[in-house]
Amino acid sequence: MYRYDEFDHAFVAARVDQFRDQVERRLTGEISEDAFKPLRLMNGVYLQLHAYMLRVAVPYGTLNARQMRKLAHIARVYDRGYGHFTTRQNIQYNWPKLSDMPAILNELAEVEMHAIQTSGNCIRNVTADHFAGAAADEVADPRPYAEILRQWSSVHPEFSFLPRKFKIAVTASERDRAAIQVHDIGLQLKKDDQGRLGFAVWIGGGQGRTPILAKKIRDFLPEADLLSFTTAIMRVYNLHGRRDNKYKARIKILVHETGVEQLSREIEAEWAHLKDGELKLPEADIAAINAYFAPPEFGSRAEGWGELAAWKKSDPGFADWVGRNVAPHRHPDYAMVTISLKPIGGIPGDATAEQMDAVARLAEEFGHDEIRVTHEQNLVLPHVALADLEPLYRALLADGLATANSGLITDIIACPGLDYCALANARSIPVAQEISNRFGDPARQAEIGDLKIKISGCINACGHHHVGHIGILGVEKKGAELYQISLGGSADENASIGQITGRGFEPDQITDAIETIVDTYLAERTGPEEAFIECYRRIGADPFKAALYNSEAAAA
Amino acid sequence: MKTKVLTANRLTDGISVWLGADGEWSVALKDAFLARHEDAVAAIEAAGKQALADNRVVDVNVIEIEETEHGPRPYRLRERIRAAGPTIDYVQAPASNVSHAA
Repeated sequence: MYRYDEFDHAFVAARVDQFRDQVERRLTGEISEDAFKPLRLMNGVYLQLHAYMLRVAVPYGTLNARQMRKLAHIARVYDRGYGHFTTRQNIQYNWPKLSDMPAILNELAEVEMHAIQTSGNCIRNVTADHFAGAAADEVADPRPYAEILRQWSSVHPEFSFLPRKFKIAVTASERDRAAIQVHDIGLQLKKDDQGRLGFAVWIGGGQGRTPILAKKIRDFLPEADLLSFTTAIMRVYNLHGRRDNKYKARIKILVHETGVEQLSREIEAEWAHLKDGELKLPEADIAAINAYFAPPEFGSRAEGWGELAAWKKSDPGFADWVGRNVAPHRHPDYAMVTISLKPIGGIPGDATAEQMDAVARLAEEFGHDEIRVTHEQNLVLPHVALADLEPLYRALLADGLATANSGLITDIIACPGLDYCALANARSIPVAQEISNRFGDPARQAEIGDLKIKISGCINACGHHHVGHIGILGVEKKGAELYQISLGGSADENASIGQITGRGFEPDQITDAIETIVDTYLAERTGPEEAFIECYRRIGADPFKAALYNSEAAAA
Repeated sequence: MKTKVLTANRLTDGISVWLGADGEWSVALKDAFLARHEDAVAAIEAAGKQALADNRVVDVNVIEIEETEHGPRPYRLRERIRAAGPTIDYVQAPASNVSHAA
C-alpha cells in the first residue's frame, strides 16, 4: 500500500499543528464559533446531537494492521470504546472531545492517517472496490489511480471551495462493487482492444434528495489523461455549478439541467487546453505509484483445497460462512474474506476497540497485513490462503465477527440516524436491528438469498436507500417517525433508483411491511435462482404494493 | 404557552447540556430551568447568548417541553434522544472517560 514520503509527513504534521493552534484559540475564546466551524469541518470535526463527531479518512478503504490498531487505540482512549465504519469507507467516532482532537490527529499522523477533506465542499475521500488488488475479475488494481487522485485533490487550491462536496469512486471490474454510477465522478478502469489501460468516465450520479444515475461521457480515457480530464470536469463544474441553492449545487443537477451532451462538449473544450500540459501523467509516475500497491508474495498453498473441503464437510457453520463471506481470489490458493460488521440484532458498521484489534492481529497472521473497509460497512481481508480459512474463522467466531451474512437480508446498510446525527429526522439503527432480528435465522436468510436493504434516517441518503433492493427512508411526520419504502434500487453495474411504494409505515409496522415484501417475493419468484432484484424487475412493483396496501384498503 | 428550556452543547467536549435555575449548565434535562412565561423565555435566551459569547457552549437553542410527573419531556423526538442519549445499546465507556465539567 501507499507509504507517506517526506512531503506527505510534513504536510500532515503541518495540518495537525495548524489545527492544534486553531483549537487552542477556540477554547480560549480567541476565535468565535462562526469563524471556527469551517476550520473544524475541514479537519473532519462535526457537532452532532450528543457530542462532537470525528470522521477519519480511510483512503480507498485500505488499511494495514498498524493503522487499525491505532483506530482501536483512539476508540479506547479518546472515545467510548468503539467506532462506526461508514458507507464512504471511512470511520467515525461519536464521542471525542474537542480538546482531544489535536492529540487524536497527532496519533493518526503517526500511522499516516488524517481527517482532511472528510467534510466541506471539496473532493472527498476517493473510494474504490473493496476487493481491489485481489479480485479475479479486475483488469488491474484501481487503487493506484485513486491514490493519484488523492494526492492531486488534497488541498487543491482551485477545488477546495466547490459549489458542493464532490465524490469520486473507482472500480476495475465489469461487476461494479464501488457504486460508481451514484458518484459525482465514477471511473471504471478497463483495457482497450490493444491492452492499454484507461477509464470509462461517468459523471453526475448521486443520491440525496435528488437521486440521479451518472451518465457515461467517455468510453475510454487513456490512463495518462486521468488528471487532465478530471480537472476539466472539475473546472466546468466549479464554473457552472449552482451556488445559490445548496440543494441544487451538486454536479448531478448541472448535468441534468444542462444536458450531458452540452456539458460533455464544454468538458472536452476545457480538456483541449489541458491534455498536453503538466497534468499528463508520465508513465514513470504511474509506475512509481503502482509499485506501492504491488501485491504480496503469494506462495503456493495448494494444500488448502483439500483441507477446505474436509473442514466444510465437518462443520456446517464454517461451510455457511465460506459460502457467504468468502469470494474467489485471483490466485487460486487464496480467497477474499468479508468480515461482517452486521451481527444479528447489532448496529451496522460498529466495531469495538477489541474487535478492531482482533482484525488487526488476524490481518497480520493470515492476511498479508491488509484490511479493507467496504462501502457496505463491513471489513475485508483481501488475501487469505484457503489453508488459513478455518483458523481464521475460529478466531473471528471468538470475537463476534463471523456472522455468515454477506449480501443477505441482514447485511443491512444503515446511517447513524437520529440516534446520533444532527441532520436526521428518524432513527435508522433500531429499524435495522429489528429487521435483522426478524430475519436472523440462518435457514430463513439462506432461503431468501441475495437481498440488500439500505436505510437512511433523512433525505440526505447516507444510508444509500435509493439504491437498496429494498430502501427505507425515515422521515418526521407530525412529530413522529415514519418510514417510506422504495423497491428496485441497485448500486451495481445495473444501477437503478428505487421507486417509492406508497404511504409510509410507522416504526412498529415497518418490519412487518418488510416481511410482507419478502413473503411476496418468495411467493412470486420462479425459484431460488431468481434473486429478489431480478424478480422485482420481472414482475414490477404492483404485486408488492398490492400486498402492502390492499388488505388495509379492503378493511377500510 | 408551552414551557421552554434552554439547551446547548458544551464547547470543550460537545456533550448536550441544559441551563439550570442556578445559571449552571447541567448534563441532565431534569435540572433545566423551566421558562413558563415570556419574560422567563427572554431571560434564558439572553443567558444563552451570553454563554455562547463566553465560549462555554455552542449550538444554543430554546426548545419546548411538557411538564410531566417524571420531569420535563421535550415534544420533539430529536430533543428526547438528545436528553436521554442514543436509544440503542452502544458500547459503554468506563465512567472515567466521560467528563462532567462544563
